[in-house]
Amino acid sequence: MKILFDRIDEPGLNTLEVYQRRGGYESLRKALAMTPEEVLGELEASNLRGRGGAGFQMGKKVSFLPHGTIEKYLVCNADESEPGTFKDRELLQKTPHMLLEGLIIASYAAAASRSFIYIRGEYVQQADVLDAALAEAREAGYVGERILGSEHSLSLVVHRGAGAYICGEETGLLDSLEGKRGNPRLKPPFPANQGLYQGPTLINNVETLATVPAIMRMGGAEYAKLGTETSTGTKLVSVSGHVQRPGNYEVELGVPSRQIIYDLAGGPPPGRTVKCWFPGGSSAPVLTGDDLDVPYDFDSLAKAGSMLGSGAIIVVDDSTAILDVALKTAKFYRHESCGKCTPCREGTNWTVGMLERIDRGEATPMDLEIMASVQEHIIGNCLCVLGDAMAMPIGSMIAKFKDEFEAHIETRRLQALEPVEA
Amino acid sequence: MSAQSGSRGWDVPADLERDPATIPDPATTPVPPELRREIEAHMALYPDPISASLPALEAAQRVHGWCSPQAIDQVACVMAVTPASLDAVATFYDMLETEPVGRHSIYVCTNISCSLCGADELYAAMLAAAGEDADFNVRSFECLGACDIAPMASVDGVYVGPLQIADVPALLDDVRAGRPVLEEKQLLRRACADPGAGA
Repeated sequence: MKILFDRIDEPGLNTLEVYQRRGGYESLRKALAMTPEEVLGELEASNLRGRGGAGFQMGKKVSFLPHGTIEKYLVCNADESEPGTFKDRELLQKTPHMLLEGLIIASYAAAASRSFIYIRGEYVQQADVLDAALAEAREAGYVGERILGSEHSLSLVVHRGAGAYICGEETGLLDSLEGKRGNPRLKPPFPANQGLYQGPTLINNVETLATVPAIMRMGGAEYAKLGTETSTGTKLVSVSGHVQRPGNYEVELGVPSRQIIYDLAGGPPPGRTVKCWFPGGSSAPVLTGDDLDVPYDFDSLAKAGSMLGSGAIIVVDDSTAILDVALKTAKFYRHESCGKCTPCREGTNWTVGMLERIDRGEATPMDLEIMASVQEHIIGNCLCVLGDAMAMPIGSMIAKFKDEFEAHIETRRLQALEPVEA
Repeated sequence: MSAQSGSRGWDVPADLERDPATIPDPATTPVPPELRREIEAHMALYPDPISASLPALEAAQRVHGWCSPQAIDQVACVMAVTPASLDAVATFYDMLETEPVGRHSIYVCTNISCSLCGADELYAAMLAAAGEDADFNVRSFECLGACDIAPMASVDGVYVGPLQIADVPALLDDVRAGRPVLEEKQLLRRACADPGAGA
């Protein structure tokens, strides 16, 4: 069942003409003929969970916004920067109108009159496509004053970021959108109450919003029949790393992970086996080759000790040392830590330092315990989850590959002791 | 700005004898008219004009090559904010350059997925070939969101991959000659991997 990727490679789908020929913006018409409460009812009935990482129910998020005449904002998070994730890029580039239509419908349900799409600055080509699509939508009367003759008006600005992972965190994004450094804010208050410019703000991922037109077309209850009971619908999965056919695949939630990694993405190169894999971007605790039959949905992955996150599977085969994977991961979070909270700023730094000690042959097995305890002290102790996003995968690597870390420490130590031959 | 002329500005210790810079005086801060128009257009889009600081700095960087003290002063003048508040923003974001750089940017992704596919070797080769060339700004970059074409690079905003070390000379030649870079390896030409994506 393809909902988002249905013939997405059709030439010209990024233009209004082709999108409309395929029934585009019919869902918007349908929604505008309903009351906002009815639209929200469909969203809630669909049980759609946010596709950006946290997996929070979208309809519920909309319902948290205060009612009344107060100005409300809708922000689309297109700052896709979780390592291994590139699904939103494919949507933005190939079917931008699907995102715009979903965003307009969501703004109607939330009674938001101003909206922003925060797209990461690196996606230059995709932002250009999006700008062109927005111009067409505006021209056609889908964005602006009194949309299609209804009472609903919406302004929309595409805002380009400038390269910072933390701006994908919703409150960091808001600060960045307000023209500041992208430092996360203390929560509560949550953005639904006090977000952009201190106003009530709904923040949704690209894929979440792009799914909304399909929900309106099918009806929320019908959409909820796809996938599993608690993870409804289809999900775009970005598969990368050591697989033969890396790329984006749309699957029904709940399929066995093995099916995605092997049948769709071709599995590791011949003769290699899966050593470990990140099920939901590099912030997710790693799973091993023994976990390949875990169903790919929010709850099954949580039960297996990891998370679905942004839906990005990174496969690491048995030719790679776990230390290298850990070091890459930790260095990334060290670089991207905004520095606001001490456990994250120092924790990411010390973790990199300790991993490098192992590589230099200066570590002892006790360092593993210290490193594991550093991870534990980061989790839950910061304003946002960037530090946790390093601590969880690194902690899982130390727990699951302890023997390999210890062997690495010993090998490097012995190598460092050997006199350099003249 | 505490920068003396000729210095890079960012590594100069603060002069404690001097008061911090205030909002630049429009009478003594010439701003190229094009740049001013662009910044003002961005400011008009937001309920709070200060939201335009990222696009404004990006525009100034395009004019000056980097977020130089002069560039910052010009943006600060148009937006009526202190240069320091913009310094704080510019130093936060990877794509805003706070030192002079070559005019062609080559970001080589060296995050997990790309490095599993040989990105570190690719980055080393790119550095060896163009790292000393004043026309190029070769950087290793965090995940660029194109792990399906790993290892990859963003060349002046154009995504290309999967790259091999052997592709490096042709890539640089294309940039030097002003041609589209490695056309057959551009991401935009790539079909979606999902079998249901075909028309």
